[in-house]
Amino acid sequence: MELLSGADMLIRSLQDEGIEYIYGYPGGAALHIYDALFRQDKVKHILVRHEQAAVHMADGYARASGKPGTVLVTSGPGATNTITGIATAFMDSIPMVVLCGQVASTLIGEDAFQETDMIGVSRPVVKHNLSVRHPEEIPEIIRKAYYIATTGRPGPVVVDIPKDMTTPNERYEYVFPKKVKLRSYNPAIRGHAGQMKKAVDMLLAARRPIIYAGGGVVLGKASGQLTELAHKLGYPVTNTLMGIGGFPATDKQSLGWLGMHGTYESNMAMHHSDLILAVGARFDDRVTNATEKFCPGARIVHIDIDPASISKTIDADVPIVGPVDAVLKEMLSLLAESHQKPDADALAAWWKQIDDWRAFHGMRYETSDTYIKPQEVIEAIWRITNGDAYVTSDVGQHQMFAAQYYRFDKPNRWINSGGLGTMGFGLPAAMGVKLSYPEHEVVCFTGEGSIQMNIQELSTCKQYNLPVKIVNLNNQALGMVKQWQDMNYESRHSQSYMESLPDFVRLAEAYGHVGIRIDRKEDLEPKLKEAFAMKDSLVFLDIYVDPHEHVYPMQVARGSMKDMWLSKTERV
Amino acid sequence: MRRIISVLLENEPGALSRVVGLFSQRNYNIETLTVAPTEDETLSRLTVTTTGSDKVIEQITKQLNKLIEVVKLVDLTEGAHIERELMLVKLKATGSQRAEIKRTVDIFRGQIVDVTSTVYTVQLAGDTDKLNAFIQAVGASGVLEVVRSGVSGIARGEKVLSL
Repeated sequence: MELLSGADMLIRSLQDEGIEYIYGYPGGAALHIYDALFRQDKVKHILVRHEQAAVHMADGYARASGKPGTVLVTSGPGATNTITGIATAFMDSIPMVVLCGQVASTLIGEDAFQETDMIGVSRPVVKHNLSVRHPEEIPEIIRKAYYIATTGRPGPVVVDIPKDMTTPNERYEYVFPKKVKLRSYNPAIRGHAGQMKKAVDMLLAARRPIIYAGGGVVLGKASGQLTELAHKLGYPVTNTLMGIGGFPATDKQSLGWLGMHGTYESNMAMHHSDLILAVGARFDDRVTNATEKFCPGARIVHIDIDPASISKTIDADVPIVGPVDAVLKEMLSLLAESHQKPDADALAAWWKQIDDWRAFHGMRYETSDTYIKPQEVIEAIWRITNGDAYVTSDVGQHQMFAAQYYRFDKPNRWINSGGLGTMGFGLPAAMGVKLSYPEHEVVCFTGEGSIQMNIQELSTCKQYNLPVKIVNLNNQALGMVKQWQDMNYESRHSQSYMESLPDFVRLAEAYGHVGIRIDRKEDLEPKLKEAFAMKDSLVFLDIYVDPHEHVYPMQVARGSMKDMWLSKTERV
Repeated sequence: MRRIISVLLENEPGALSRVVGLFSQRNYNIETLTVAPTEDETLSRLTVTTTGSDKVIEQITKQLNKLIEVVKLVDLTEGAHIERELMLVKLKATGSQRAEIKRTVDIFRGQIVDVTSTVYTVQLAGDTDKLNAFIQAVGASGVLEVVRSGVSGIARGEKVLSL
């Protein structure tokens, strides 16, 4: 029988859970745990400069690897600093466990130093949270936390650990449970047979079908099945921002992504479709535009692991609750058994219509002789990295340009805060990816606004040698805010311009990295190549781009999916 | 439409706050809420009455089901059911009012559970409408204090909500 302290049990449970990296920041209530961490070398700890970044690192790692991320912080401010990161992961259903120190259980409720009710504070933005009430419970709580975080619709789980639960001189028997069973938590493991049959019949009978694939396809590791289904049927596929990479962007059946800044052809095809197969998507307001005008002629088959995502904003005609990979697999075999085939003439006419839309607009932007266009920076990097990099993004115009012009053929490569829209996400997320995929190119697209929200992590990059490439599309303004002000507030640029930007090149150098400024069009390609040739250095590319550029297409507010601005002057 | 949702909840600290938090977080109404342990001490039974369109009610039940500590739930208003609420009312009772109040209490099959020379305390059980009707019958001007337990409910017949 092995006797361990609560702190040692915690670290041992992480080892037994197979956790390789944890990201965190020490402090009073977590010191017993940090001491236990020190006395072993299986679980490696990455010391960040701000707890928010630790959560984004864990998040980036989870999105790239499909495995849960792990964070360790102290009580009070350490814990509250993680909230934005947790909310980011919650909105995008990212599996993660956040371990928070807490003041001793004897002090809880007395407004002790660095006491915060983390269970209460985190409640609206976690899948679940757990509090340790006895050291002996620790192995089971850790097992439960990872089980809940990774199964069903994934999400973040917070574990609150009062300091007296980890006291070094109180030892208990260590037993790591092989399985956990929760009588009140049983996520679906397969879809309803009758519903799937109905869905396949509807798919085959459709004349203007479209597959609308969301982040669930990436999270549910179902891009193989989705691609097979789309190819078997020959139907067009549009991805959500979170679903990018779930279907290869360079495939001729790909219409690109849809919604507020989606492609013209995606939005037109959605609006005019007669059948939408929604897979792991949640009809978010940035996709649907005005729900009452949404796709008037379409019947909807909706597959999702979370029943609450179905018929939340848009009613489904055929709801299917289940893991997307299992459901698609089942539908593929039903399709193989079926004697029916899609109506070839109807499908040809539908593709003809879609190709006309593509020809009318497609993805295009006006080039300039004087300015570097942000879109051409993305396209150049797509070429230089052979379209195969892990790309993280911050939030704003650069995020939309990156999603539009970097064409992802593989899942888990496009890493952005889609649901919460968290500025400051990109750099730490890139660090989390680079740590686990050191051989891969990792690029962070950012802007001069977003990068300054977690720029302190350049220091962490130095400490752990994380040679990511930071591409700062510098338009000297909060570009997306400014775009909305241009379009909706007669160009009154209220607080969207930042004076006294730092010299990012010297800032990068001060942190011990390489900084390169690009402000002339002719320097773009050669300097980018130079930067990407430096495999072992973090390079901060400060690229001055057209400050007047807007992101298009852009859906017209409160319109239907087909109502879009295609440029500053063209509205359809 | 008004609904009565009955929930079996793990009897654990914090479980109730998750249910209440969900309602405020997602902008759902709570009209009444009752909660108490059941014969199985690991479970609490929670009854919430709420209003909303069918779509909202569907979301409420789905979102409640997503809470890890919610073991089972049923929308009692979907079938035949019994609902009861307990009310304690303190009424001004002097002179001729005393006999009149006593008669009204009898009609409503309530009980006078405490008496002073000027006050009756009445206990009454029934559905929400009955309790409202009693208040109306005795007249709001005579009412000194009202305490209502909130609605508890159970399905009619052989249907049970259990593990």
